[in-house]
Amino acid sequence: MPGYGTPGRGREVLGPVSHNTLLVFELTILVLAIFLGVEVISKVPTLLHTPLMSGTNAIHGIVVVGAMVVLGSPHKDAFDWVVGFLAVVLGSANVVGGFVVTDRMLEMFKRREPPKPADAQQDGKNAE
Amino acid sequence: MSTNLANLLYLIPIASFILALRFLSNPAHARRGNQIGAVGMLVAIVVTWIRVGTTSWWAIAVGMLIGGGFGAVAARRVKMTAMPQMLALFNGVGGGAAALIALAELHRILPEPGRPKLDIDVAIALSGLIGAISFSGSLVAFAKLQELIKGRPITYPGQKFVNLALLATCVGLAVTLDSGVQDEWLLWVVIGGGALFGVLFVLPIGGADMPVVISLLNAFTGLAVAVAGFELENNVLIVAGALVGASGTLLTMLMGRAMNRSIGNVLFGAFGQISPQAAAVAATDGGTVRSASAEDVAVMLAYAHKVVFVPGYGLAVAQAQHDVRQLADLLEEKGVEVSYAIHPVAGRMPGHMNVLLAEANVPYPQLKEMDEINPEFGRTDVAVVVGANDVVNPDARNNQGSPIYGMPILNVDQANAVVVLKRSMNPGFAGIENPLFYNPKTVMLFGDAKDSIDKLIADVKDL
Repeated sequence: MPGYGTPGRGREVLGPVSHNTLLVFELTILVLAIFLGVEVISKVPTLLHTPLMSGTNAIHGIVVVGAMVVLGSPHKDAFDWVVGFLAVVLGSANVVGGFVVTDRMLEMFKRREPPKPADAQQDGKNAE
Repeated sequence: MSTNLANLLYLIPIASFILALRFLSNPAHARRGNQIGAVGMLVAIVVTWIRVGTTSWWAIAVGMLIGGGFGAVAARRVKMTAMPQMLALFNGVGGGAAALIALAELHRILPEPGRPKLDIDVAIALSGLIGAISFSGSLVAFAKLQELIKGRPITYPGQKFVNLALLATCVGLAVTLDSGVQDEWLLWVVIGGGALFGVLFVLPIGGADMPVVISLLNAFTGLAVAVAGFELENNVLIVAGALVGASGTLLTMLMGRAMNRSIGNVLFGAFGQISPQAAAVAATDGGTVRSASAEDVAVMLAYAHKVVFVPGYGLAVAQAQHDVRQLADLLEEKGVEVSYAIHPVAGRMPGHMNVLLAEANVPYPQLKEMDEINPEFGRTDVAVVVGANDVVNPDARNNQGSPIYGMPILNVDQANAVVVLKRSMNPGFAGIENPLFYNPKTVMLFGDAKDSIDKLIADVKDL
């Protein structure tokens, strides 16, 4: 059943930190993260455009954490719960699918002079 | 778990995502980077799971099993050729999740007295709108790549105006919502309008440009996730979303540059519509198409000194990479020098061909990038174009009226002879004519690429 009465999320237990202080702090890390995001991939080769797109796709699967928070906090009614549940389903599809697809792509890039084409799938785990 | 402890532990996923992006942009460490990202994600999920308390554990577990199970099975089962649409799908569901979070949040806080802060309201409206655009846009991209709807641009007069008006309406409603009108239905309309805009926005974009569009929608989802982080006051969402939003935007521009097109041109150019001027030029060419039999081509290949294979999307569709490798090996035994010319955007994704040929264990030194192979076409006896079209279209060099004018191409028309393996004379994915097929040096070998290659293998063996 939906959980009632569990401790809520951040803003309800803020203590001495005011809402505006928190907002300014959040905006600061937003701006820093934007610059970092540009900086960190500025020299990517064309060859890796697709895996990188797929990798970032997996990273925004972090949305599942937000969905978990929504589903896990006190609910007003069933609507709230159903929407939260759907969000968890979609978010986890994003996470798992994103990472698996990226890994499959990169697995291909890695094998250069492999033993046999036949044992393609599960053999890539040994040390490089 | 206290908020502070959770935020402290969230530093682990934050650091791992940054490392993941860093490593992913270098071929030597890319796979390691993805694994680091996955571990960070696991930490984030476990921390959150503990944090939300016991009452919803089972619901979260069931939800994750359903979603994760679908994601894992779909990602494992999908063929390498269908990767682009899979990416679009996973991107779309992420955007959908962000929009749903906005809906649930507004529903939770609205009718209570003590209105939420303005920034929370703005965040809810924004993540609802952007998430919805990303969701429906990605689904249309998926449908186009899966060929559920036609890949050609779908346009009508006044399209840009309609799109713009729709977007402006959505933004206006979002502002109304933020200015204190406490009505949940407003957010429904904003999300619905956003979803409609996503559809209308992607429909006029040609199939060949879908990778760029998916990359852009990927950045959109990142942005929606970052904004959802403001809603929930959750640092890891803000940082991860902003990282993806920013790097995704840059990646989109880099991909556009690889095709020598600006993002504006990709998004609003309705690329792939046949301009009357280009059609006229193609028509006046008036050349004829010569088709050849597999036996003829086999002889050409077996007695050549240097053969270059030019793979394209047709190779991917036919899953012919292993057969091409076999044919190449056979030719090498006969003393023919074989290499593969890889156009950076051949196939439907940058790097698509590298992935497929690596799957067939083609030796790395035989794979030649565009700049490396282009000077070699002059001394190439036979260039074998396997299901590539736009990336070998000489119009990109010669015909200013062509929509792909200016795109760097593989100069196969400089080879002594060109063999084009193609299913039919239908224009390629971008829907434009290719004068290469009418070139007197060109012969066409019609049929499925895999069947044609198999016939060639048999005929070369018989020689």
